[in-house]
Amino acid sequence: MRTPAYVRGKLGWIERLHGEFRNPEQLAYGGDGLPRQPLYLVGFRQMDLWQQRYAESPRDKLYVDIYEPWLEPAHEQ
Amino acid sequence: MSNNHDHDHGHGHPHDVTQHDPEAAERNKLPPYGKRIYAIRDLLIEKGIVTADDIQRQVDYMEARTPANGARLVARAWIDPDFKQLLLSNPKAACAVLGIDATSLTEFVVVENTPAVHNLIVCTLCSCYPRPILGRPPDWYKSFAYRSRAVVEPRAVMAEFGTQLPEDVDVRVYDSSADMRYLVLPMRPPGTGGLTEEELAALVSRDSMIGVTQAKEPLGASTMSR
Repeated sequence: MRTPAYVRGKLGWIERLHGEFRNPEQLAYGGDGLPRQPLYLVGFRQMDLWQQRYAESPRDKLYVDIYEPWLEPAHEQ
Repeated sequence: MSNNHDHDHGHGHPHDVTQHDPEAAERNKLPPYGKRIYAIRDLLIEKGIVTADDIQRQVDYMEARTPANGARLVARAWIDPDFKQLLLSNPKAACAVLGIDATSLTEFVVVENTPAVHNLIVCTLCSCYPRPILGRPPDWYKSFAYRSRAVVEPRAVMAEFGTQLPEDVDVRVYDSSADMRYLVLPMRPPGTGGLTEEELAALVSRDSMIGVTQAKEPLGASTMSR
């Protein structure tokens, strides 16, 4: 499980597409990790992740690599 | 092993190696998990699965990877705009140009610091780190404190490394917990116009390529500014 809990359910944007990689959730259990999954670099505003817990600059951002099955279109929310 | 020497040492015939083998003596001081590693190693060798040479070669390979590799990439990027473009767009190709073996990296992304943007790398999941470029990560990089704090108070963490950033700089934290490995391309320090590539590389610390610090200023420049 490589999607950190602190980004789940948060609103972000696709910064770039890294390419397609074997799925670590299958590899971890001895599978072949196929089909490969698209891996994105997803950006978040720190304020959106931590709300008032983030005491630094409102311009700060955080980027994390997320596999496609963990993403859903923002307009559905 | 024969153990028939009930006499003083300091002579030349074979006897129990643990008495004179510094490695074995050190091993006896290890905590249980450390001892277990050596026991597993010895079993693997005894059963012929790997040889002692295989293990030593791998250790040598791991030890040979140091932040000097990253510093060479950065210094070249500072003096050669075309190389910098290559480093940012295709880091593995840039490594190949300098003869740095980055083939064991899955994928590799270089993020550039500018006067407006400062990047910081962490792996909140474990200790993902661009080892072929930077060697083994420092212990603090793997600590729970760094991994948990770098994402929620990056400026406070950097301040503890002596790095104060203006409020209007965009701090971007990269949590590298999947297949990508990240390296920061620090800004070239002021007052380095006349330095050679080698002198520039000496200013590029490991920590500046993780992003917790800036590249060092040349000695003369920092004394003058104080």
